[in-house]
Amino acid sequence: MVKNPQLAIDTRPWRDPTATPFVRLRNVTKKFGDIFAVSDVSLDIYKSELFCLLGGSGSGKSTLLRMLAGFEQPTAGTIEIDGQDMTHVPPYNRPVNMMFQSYALFPHMNVEQNIAYGLKRDGLPRAEIAERVAELLTLVKLQGYGARKPHQLSGGQRQRVALARALAKRPKLLLLDEPLGALDKKLREETQFELVKIQETLGVTFIVVTHDQEEAMSLATRIGVMDQGEIAMIGEPTDIYEFPNSKFVAGFIGSVNMVEGVVTEDEPGHIRIRSEELGCDIYVGHGVDCAPDQRLSWAIRPEKLALSRERPAGLFDANVTQGTVEEISYLGDVSVYQVLLASGKRLRVTQTNTMRGNPDAITWDEAVYLTWGDSAGSVLTV
Amino acid sequence: MSSHDTHHAPPPRPRVWSGVERALAAVGISGKALVIAAPAIWLTVFFLVPLAVVFGISLTIKQFGRPPYTPLLTNEEGTVQLTLHLNNYLRLFTDQLYVAAYLNSAKIAFISTVITLLIGYPMAYVIGRAPDQWRNILLMLVILPFWTSFLLRVYALSGFMRGNGVINQFLALFGIEPLVMMQTDFAVYVGIVYTYLPFMILPLYTNLVKLDGTLLEASADLGARPVRTFLSITLPLSMPGILAGSMLVFIPAIGEFVIPALLGGPGTLMIGRVLWDEFFANTNWPRAAAVAIAMLVVVVIPVMLLQRAQDAMRDKEQAS
Amino acid sequence: MRRSWFLTIAATLGFAFLYAPIISLVVFSFNESSLVTVWSGFSTKWYGALLADPQILGAAWLSLQVAFVAATIAVVLGTLCAVALVRFRRFRGRTMLAATVAAPLVMPDVITGLSLLLLFVAMEGILGWPAGRGLMTIIIAHATFCMAYVVVVVQSRLTDLDLSLEEAAMDLGATPVRVFFDITLPIIAPALISGWLLAFTLSLDDLVIASFVSGPGSSTLPMVIFSKVRLGVSPDVNALATIIIGFVTLGVVAATLLQRRSRPKHPLP
Repeated sequence: MVKNPQLAIDTRPWRDPTATPFVRLRNVTKKFGDIFAVSDVSLDIYKSELFCLLGGSGSGKSTLLRMLAGFEQPTAGTIEIDGQDMTHVPPYNRPVNMMFQSYALFPHMNVEQNIAYGLKRDGLPRAEIAERVAELLTLVKLQGYGARKPHQLSGGQRQRVALARALAKRPKLLLLDEPLGALDKKLREETQFELVKIQETLGVTFIVVTHDQEEAMSLATRIGVMDQGEIAMIGEPTDIYEFPNSKFVAGFIGSVNMVEGVVTEDEPGHIRIRSEELGCDIYVGHGVDCAPDQRLSWAIRPEKLALSRERPAGLFDANVTQGTVEEISYLGDVSVYQVLLASGKRLRVTQTNTMRGNPDAITWDEAVYLTWGDSAGSVLTV
Repeated sequence: MSSHDTHHAPPPRPRVWSGVERALAAVGISGKALVIAAPAIWLTVFFLVPLAVVFGISLTIKQFGRPPYTPLLTNEEGTVQLTLHLNNYLRLFTDQLYVAAYLNSAKIAFISTVITLLIGYPMAYVIGRAPDQWRNILLMLVILPFWTSFLLRVYALSGFMRGNGVINQFLALFGIEPLVMMQTDFAVYVGIVYTYLPFMILPLYTNLVKLDGTLLEASADLGARPVRTFLSITLPLSMPGILAGSMLVFIPAIGEFVIPALLGGPGTLMIGRVLWDEFFANTNWPRAAAVAIAMLVVVVIPVMLLQRAQDAMRDKEQAS
Repeated sequence: MRRSWFLTIAATLGFAFLYAPIISLVVFSFNESSLVTVWSGFSTKWYGALLADPQILGAAWLSLQVAFVAATIAVVLGTLCAVALVRFRRFRGRTMLAATVAAPLVMPDVITGLSLLLLFVAMEGILGWPAGRGLMTIIIAHATFCMAYVVVVVQSRLTDLDLSLEEAAMDLGATPVRVFFDITLPIIAPALISGWLLAFTLSLDDLVIASFVSGPGSSTLPMVIFSKVRLGVSPDVNALATIIIGFVTLGVVAATLLQRRSRPKHPLP
């Protein structure tokens, strides 16, 4: 997703050491009985970000969101929003609004009344409320639907009402709990786009919780990957995908080929890894913080591997291995190859089908060579 | 589009409720405490305290006057004396009447529950598996008697079973001698089954209607005949409904008064009736109180523990 | 599903068993003779006798008053109790409250009635209130045991209520009290109504408890009926029964039709 040019590289606040975070979580912990749902999480989120908390079930992401909303109290730690300590403030007194996974539209009220509810709680005059409601209906493209009741709306329409209701009070922070989970694929793509557009136009800080990596990658300015109550990695989508900091993160996002090896050369400018699994050496073209003879892992994404019938000229006598094509999954736009190496290890390779109906395409049981660039993979020590 | 500005929400206008809440908070009482307190106080005063009073009075003996029982505490010339009479409880064990009444009540309640189950199960099953429109009508037909006066239904039954009642008149058409049905244990069975039938049908129905039809089809597909499908699949799965319905019949049936009073004979000993007679006929309040406490201990408390165990089992099942 | 003939016959017999006495009751209310079960001709004289009987009419009026007030008290207290049990997390005395409120469901009427009477007598002796037993004591007694049923009905509806609706309201700025009146109450209103109707019916129908806690001059309808039928059959009671059955039937049919018409096509929130 092409980001608004305003958020070009030099203006991303998390890269500016002097920028003040909008939301600050410090050592936030939540225990339920003996179980740590969230464990010592510290996180800074900046204004106008679209931050995604990504994780599987049990990772603690929903609990963290609920603590931000005020429905749960942290067992320890503090939560600051816009410089104010909100740790123990009840949800009805926070400048935070939430869009619920089930939308939670009040069934006995119509669309207008749902959207107006928060404004009424603020004691705004009736005329102002009506004006604001009309404004929001236009924003989410539901003009004319004001008198309908939730059960008369489709899933996508209900979602838009939930969004409008959550934006009505101009919250400083908007929390979204699995916003696209209930939608079908087509609708999901359209809504992703609209959601980002709305966020960029209004400049509201969004925190989205999701288990869907694609959703996170396409929506977020930054992603926080969570695992078992802790933050595994925070970074921009490119960082998370291309430069994962651990085996967990590498394996969690997208597909990856994970290989074990031993460091044979450790120089400031390069390292060399001997891998029996791969049946060759791996040459990494940059220095890595490790020790000689250290056992570590090396991860490479399927699309970074190149397949060929002829042996390519390998760099430094490394980064080339061979195997047989065991399985091919034709997905239309890409083909996924499963290549069996001599060691028994299987590598996954994706190739875009750039040529229509290629008669000479690599096929089953062919002997192939695999090669990759010297910084195509990530060296992982944890 | 209006650009977003950090709009600080105006402070909510003071409203009655928030004012009340603040006042209460100042005194240290939260709104929550009030919500709990209102029913809690009522129940303590009008449910728990009475039970304590019953226990206290069961330790006195009958005397003439108002109130018709001896005082527990007497204060004469500076000497406070607590007198506990254990007479009533001793009599409960020694006098055959009470023991017999308990056992008889349990027996009658148990047999009635079984009969109600046998009659109610087919009805619940048919309603549960019936097509939609029929189901609502049938349910309504089952619920209707429930909303009608219990007393009147028992009365209706008595009219049916009298010496010259409808049943006997019907039998007379075939030249059969009139059966004596009133004032017998049999009448009590009929009475209990009749009045408690809806209580058995409804939990059974709730359970059976949720029974997945495809399970029965799968069983048939694997070669089981209808009877086997019923015994192996339907019956075990409807066990929670059976238990719930049985509880709803058995427990109130033990303490029944109206049915044995109107339909039973002098020989139909049921503990509810014994308590009533002790109180109204003999004006022996302390004895009645002792009977009540004994009923609580022998019947009510075990049942509550059983229900607690049942709930715990169900929770464990759902959690796994 | 192949319907077995055995089941159908058994079910039909069951329904017949359920309704035969009621039907006979209605039929014989129009009987000429006072021998309730021997038909001698059509007559509505028993209805006339019924409406001219001050004892029955007085008792009916009393019962209606008691039922109305007791049901209302039961619904208010029962709803508060259900809210506390379902929505509040652990608080001191929670199990005690749950057990106490459920106890009347398993306790035989005779014990409930006896205990309340003994309480009233003891209270009169110590506090001077209640001075004699009557309308007030019956109302208190009925409210107490009806509360248990209301709690069951409301509790089950509350547990089904999606918590996120209440959380959404809080998120939008509503305090817990506001949430209850704006969101919870309107949505569970049908449960409150059926709880009220249930309490009303139970109160109207109660014989045992009322017998214990009523005083001279305050006889409820069931008490009057009981004393009449204890001595034998009484055709004006048949007439009364028919009238009651008529009302109940109308009510149940109306309720079923209303429910069907307003049945939401989506699952309840």
